[in-house]
Amino acid sequence: MPPTDSTAVTGQPAIRFENVVKKFGDNTVLDDLNFDVRRGERVTLIGPSGSGKTTILRLVMTLEHLTGGYIYVDGEPLTHLEVNGRRVERRPKDIARSTQKIGMVFQQFNLFPNMSVLENITEAPVHVLGRSSEEARTRGLELLDMVGLADKAEEHPTRLSGGQQQRVAIARALAMDPEILLLDEVTSALDPELVGEVLGVLRDIAKSTDITMLIVTHEMQFAQDVSHRVLMFDGGKIVEEASPDVMFTSPTHERTRSFLQAVL
Amino acid sequence: MDWWSWDRALEVLPELLVAFVQVTLVATVIGSVIAAVLGLIIAITRRTAPAFIARPVHAVMEFIRMTPIVIQLLFVFYTFNTVDGMTLGVIVLGVHYASYMAEVYRSGIDAVPKGQWEAATALSMSPARTWRKVVIPQALRTTLPALGTWVISMLKDTPYLTVIFVVDMVRQAENYGSRTFVYTESITMAGLIFLAASYPTSVLLRRLEKRLATY
Ligand SMILES: Nc1ncnc2c1ncn2[C@@H]1O[C@H](COP(=O)(O)OP(=O)(O)OP(=O)(O)O)[C@@H](O)[C@H]1O
Ligand SMILES: [Mg+2]
Repeated sequence: MPPTDSTAVTGQPAIRFENVVKKFGDNTVLDDLNFDVRRGERVTLIGPSGSGKTTILRLVMTLEHLTGGYIYVDGEPLTHLEVNGRRVERRPKDIARSTQKIGMVFQQFNLFPNMSVLENITEAPVHVLGRSSEEARTRGLELLDMVGLADKAEEHPTRLSGGQQQRVAIARALAMDPEILLLDEVTSALDPELVGEVLGVLRDIAKSTDITMLIVTHEMQFAQDVSHRVLMFDGGKIVEEASPDVMFTSPTHERTRSFLQAVL
Repeated sequence: MDWWSWDRALEVLPELLVAFVQVTLVATVIGSVIAAVLGLIIAITRRTAPAFIARPVHAVMEFIRMTPIVIQLLFVFYTFNTVDGMTLGVIVLGVHYASYMAEVYRSGIDAVPKGQWEAATALSMSPARTWRKVVIPQALRTTLPALGTWVISMLKDTPYLTVIFVVDMVRQAENYGSRTFVYTESITMAGLIFLAASYPTSVLLRRLEKRLATY
């Protein structure tokens, strides 16, 4: 399954990290990070705890402030750009244009408990994208059907199981028609028996859409099945980069080998 | 003369009830609305406004909470002496309790998980929309019971309006006493009316609290 390479058409990757630096106080988490994610590509980030995987996703979603460097989405600077050699922050309105192309699913689902399942899904399409409520509703029900929860539309999220909540969260993200989907350990908070249903939905999405995905997961089989490329991180740096087949069967680096041995 | 007469108690009841409805109830209801709305505005301002606005707002609120309502009533009454006492009294009650309710809202707002804000950001929802549809509804759920408790407090503070010459139910009871030289029945009846108003309210609040505890 090669990524649909529209990079050739636009010449721009879906996401580009350029000399990215992220510090929390004195703690430098990412130091001069560079990598691209092509359009339609599904890239999985693996690595030990604290290696900066979540931080990378959160930077793309603008949930963290970028300390240094640049992130480009579809070739457009996300939060910072260079003007006459100086690094300046973009205006919130310009940032919003880029973030609208990006969706994120969180480890803790983060559904809005004060809204029904369907309202969770239609809120942003109606009030951010300006779709009509009927249109959003129809699409929302379609998506719920796709994640196997057509009968839960009027339910309150808190009455659903973790696996069901996470599937709603996936539907909610998809309702915004994102070009890029960020998935941060979306099954880590789930009871083991509920992991499968969520991964199943994600496999379907990977198969049936060309949404660019940046994935952090400890589910190595899933990573192997859906990703085009795997990046092994340690200490905020890319240690190794390979196709999943190579990465999971014959990694080059000792660090990767020991990490995979520990998790597999 | 024995110390309690049911006749007197019944005789004073109508005028007490009239004063209760016209002053105590009106002041509490309008004062609560002012406090609830203003308190929320203050709480949101403190979270969103730049420091040069948020800080002074905080300082003023702190001042209001740390000084007796009687001082505030007297100060406002003698400063704005062209406005009638009832109007000023209701405003002072409202602003005074807004300072308490702002604290309640603040803790309710702080209790909304960070993940809710992040989900809203991930959906490109505007900050205003996030406040209105996500944060405030969730904060209200946890704060409603506490807000209700402050409303009961306000109800019990309405007799302070007498310091600015508003004839509330308690002053009415005193007036009856000075007319008849007997105070026990009228003051007791006024107390019972307060009890009759606040007790059901607090029971209702407790029920509400239980109902709101889960979605
Ligand atoms: N909000 C924060 N404040 C301070 N330090 C943080 C914050 N978020 C993350 N860090 C630090 O940044 C580093 C990278 O964290 P990050 O969450 O990106 O790691 P991770 O690879 O996702 O780890 P895990 O596998 O445990 O989820 C860690 O050292 C962490 O302590
Ligand atoms: Mg993480």
